[in-house]
Amino acid sequence: MDLCQLTALELAEKLKSGQVTQADAIAAAQARIAAAQPENNAFVTVADEVSPTAGLSASPLAGVPMAYKDNICTKGVKTSCASKILGDFKPPYDATIVERLRAAGAVSLGKLNMDEFAMGSTSETSFYGPVKNPWDLSRVPGGSSGGAAAAVAAGEVWYAIGSDTGGSIRQPAAYCGVTGMKPTYGTVSRYGLIAYASSLDQMGPIARSAADCAAVLDLIQGRDPRDGTSLDAPAGGLLAGLTGDIRGRRVGIPADCFGDGLDGEVRRAVLAAADVLRARGAVVEEFPLPVIRYAVPAYYIIACAEASSNLSRFDGVKYGWRAEHYEDLTELYTKTRTEGFGSEVKRRILLGTFVLSTGYYDAYYKKALQVKAVIKSAFDEAFQKYDLLLTPVAPTTAPKLGESLSDPLQMYLSDIYTVSVNLAGLPGISVPCGFDAKGMPIGAQLIGPALGDGVVLNAAHAFQLETDYHKKAPAEKGGGRA
Amino acid sequence: MTWETVIGLETHVELATKTKIFCSCTTEFGGAPNTHCCPVCTGMPGTLPVLNKRVLEFAVKAGLALNCSITRRCKFDRKNYFYPDLPKAYQISQLYLPICRDGAVPIRTEAGVEKTIRIHELHMEEDAGKLVHDPWIDQTRADYNRCGVPLIEIVTEPDFRCADEVIAYLEKLRSTLQYLGVSDCKMQEGSLRCDVNLSVRPAGSTEFGTRTEMKNLNSFKAIARAIQYEARRQIELIEEGKRVIQETRRWDENKDATFAMRSKENAQDYRYFPEPDIPPLEISQEELDRYRAEQPEMAEAKMARYQTDYGLPAYDTQMITAQKALADFFEAAVALDSDPKQASNWIMGQVMGQLSARGMEAKDMAFSPASLARLIALVKDGRLNRNTAVKVFEAVFETDGDVDAYVREHSLEQVSDAGLVQKAVEEVFAANPKSVADYQAGKQKAFGFLVGQTMARLKGRASPQVVNETIKALLEQL
Amino acid sequence: MKMTEEMVDYVSALARLKLPEEERARMTGELEQILAYMDVLNALDTSSVEPMSHVFPVKNVMREDVVLPSAGRAALLANAPAPDGEAFLVPRTVE
Repeated sequence: MDLCQLTALELAEKLKSGQVTQADAIAAAQARIAAAQPENNAFVTVADEVSPTAGLSASPLAGVPMAYKDNICTKGVKTSCASKILGDFKPPYDATIVERLRAAGAVSLGKLNMDEFAMGSTSETSFYGPVKNPWDLSRVPGGSSGGAAAAVAAGEVWYAIGSDTGGSIRQPAAYCGVTGMKPTYGTVSRYGLIAYASSLDQMGPIARSAADCAAVLDLIQGRDPRDGTSLDAPAGGLLAGLTGDIRGRRVGIPADCFGDGLDGEVRRAVLAAADVLRARGAVVEEFPLPVIRYAVPAYYIIACAEASSNLSRFDGVKYGWRAEHYEDLTELYTKTRTEGFGSEVKRRILLGTFVLSTGYYDAYYKKALQVKAVIKSAFDEAFQKYDLLLTPVAPTTAPKLGESLSDPLQMYLSDIYTVSVNLAGLPGISVPCGFDAKGMPIGAQLIGPALGDGVVLNAAHAFQLETDYHKKAPAEKGGGRA
Repeated sequence: MTWETVIGLETHVELATKTKIFCSCTTEFGGAPNTHCCPVCTGMPGTLPVLNKRVLEFAVKAGLALNCSITRRCKFDRKNYFYPDLPKAYQISQLYLPICRDGAVPIRTEAGVEKTIRIHELHMEEDAGKLVHDPWIDQTRADYNRCGVPLIEIVTEPDFRCADEVIAYLEKLRSTLQYLGVSDCKMQEGSLRCDVNLSVRPAGSTEFGTRTEMKNLNSFKAIARAIQYEARRQIELIEEGKRVIQETRRWDENKDATFAMRSKENAQDYRYFPEPDIPPLEISQEELDRYRAEQPEMAEAKMARYQTDYGLPAYDTQMITAQKALADFFEAAVALDSDPKQASNWIMGQVMGQLSARGMEAKDMAFSPASLARLIALVKDGRLNRNTAVKVFEAVFETDGDVDAYVREHSLEQVSDAGLVQKAVEEVFAANPKSVADYQAGKQKAFGFLVGQTMARLKGRASPQVVNETIKALLEQL
Repeated sequence: MKMTEEMVDYVSALARLKLPEEERARMTGELEQILAYMDVLNALDTSSVEPMSHVFPVKNVMREDVVLPSAGRAALLANAPAPDGEAFLVPRTVE
């Protein structure tokens, strides 16, 4: 039996029944990491010593090895955001999500590679080198949670925690053939997530099934007094709610998400997914959602503006890397930041600084906040008619390494299907729904209304009861889950 | 030409909350560097601010007392700039929707001029840390203990025309905020700080001149001197045909002059935008009503009431209400049945004397209203004479020692037994026959001598009035 | 929106960045292209729309004014590039 092929829930079951020991599971994962890391570079930090958790029976995922994206603070363990500027930063505290998962018996195997400061769609901008797609090592895993998606796809961990500001969980999950969910904004505490864009950031699971995602979300959702934007909404019960029954569910397909720019193979796979839902009793129909075309510009204005402020604290004074030679304070700041940040991060900081600067605030930033309101109300209206929306995750499957970064605008435009979900604060999941002719995975996105996380998960679960795309594993050396 | 000075104030007041505005660290003044800090107030990556409830309450109460309108839906914004005293590189403040706007503060200057100063706005924000230069290593140390201490910034309209008005306003502001209990307003500890915006214009002109902003004003005296200096400097510049430059200037106490500061950055573009980490605030009508109902009686109202209810002279009421702690002390003593005028005399004389001799503030003193009431009662009942009572007061003041115990231990109780006084007088007469004879010969001075001798024999514990009467009576019998 | 190198310099100075000559020229072009694309927003009439900074109607999230122990100073200074045991050190700032 290859333990690394199990889902997190399957492994947890075997741990509880005593069929498998924690030591076996940890050793299997560590062996897989040792083999895969040189190929796919999914980790920034691999934990040296891993101790099993006590109290196995308490929680549904107790004892299951996992890992965190490297923008999530772990006390005493290097947290780099894959940036040079954070140096060997070891946070003096744990993120709320880390506390909660540890209390639920999670066993962390390390910290996962990503685009620097979660800015990117390819996981190539990491100071620690690009992550590679386990399905084809010449391709990107997507981003920014590329390390998380690659590690799960390659069988290195049973689930991972990523973060999603504009698609950073869903798009890499789609590119790597795994399941990734961005929950409703405010349902998972952001305390301890190093901020990219505070009003859009949300952490969530990447795993091998919707059921695994539900189990993880049951552990991490819920109000946190340390995060003022965390919602006071009931949490838990998602896993228990997975009936697979979607009879009568109304699923809307926004026609504007299937127009120009969408790859034909992706379109066919996503529309085929609609048929699967229909076959299980859902009512599927097309509808127009024209405001989607404004999502990318509004998203980049808001995200970059907030990022320009959030990333100002990295200045070489309190933590992280400091430039070696400087004459005065201004030079200390300027050299540290110029040498410490990569190109994409600097581009977004400059863009964000510009849209907030005197004379441009109204035309760009304020305008973007108004467009956000328009997009939010268009979604509200859609959810008057539908329980769920079905869209592609990305216009294409994973591109080759090095193809995307040369044209930043083109890269931004590829976020078209995911960013509106962040702007509107909605839950969205990416489920594997097929492969293209080159054998690369395709993802379909299910979007629910605010706090409709359970509805989204149940539909994804129904889809996975009917299909086996999520059970496929890459055969590559750096992957090798098959 | 005659010139008019136009002044507006920006006053930063540290609120007297127990914890910081966005984290649970203490706001206590002092402390070894970086010991009142946590990941939130040192700007660690991943941390988030959560607003202290009491900050909102204090800001609203201050706004109500300054006759402001309260912004029922308000928000925080980020003000972005790089400086080592600001670890996040942005200050959480309020630009677009400050909590209070459009207030009015009536003032009365020392010279008796009355006018109203308009408040433009009052907003909540966080304080920055402290930077201390170390000349030995030629580096600056950043201490973040003060980072995140809650502030309200109160911005006036340019309504002042001279230093007297500014001082009158600040005194009024300080008294009001102290009465509210929202700040201790200690300038020496930096809990009340003031930036002065000043320009000059020809008298009668309605346009404003170019203004400068003065910082580092640590006392009312410094503010008054800086205003006088800066107004003169600007007038001289203009009269010499030069221009006033809009800039920030630092007051140098030792040199008695203002100096232009090197600007922190070449461009001041703070890129304010709504703080995404803090949801908006909404103040309900009920809360507003409750805050209104909780507004304490302010100094003017107390002055008026003390005059009507207790018949105190205006001078007394002004002295006693100058500090809320003194007024509270007075009211507590009166509530314990002390005669109001007696209580007032003790407070203005002995209590304020001790405070000023010790450089203390009334709110920090241990001496209790109950002890004062006891002293007043002992004097009134004739069990202590006033002079002895003052000595007891001085002895118990520091630690609020037990008045009765002290009187007992030191056998200070007044001798009110007429027989004992008579016995003492007879002994004095017997010992000083010459003085008795002198008195009978018409030398009034001898009377005082006999009183002194009798008091000495009674160790000062007798009522002077009883001694006087006894001596008179016995002399007449001779 | 025409993006100039002067504009890039101004924004860089605000952000405490100093791009090398080559990067500065490239960045100017890229930013101009991106901003030009963002002008698509002008096609949407938002004159009557309230800007939305918080997506959900959450309000009045506050904590009680209760002191909790501060963090240990050593832990807060542990990551500093130039600590002196008590404080964070920076080049002279005081005038």
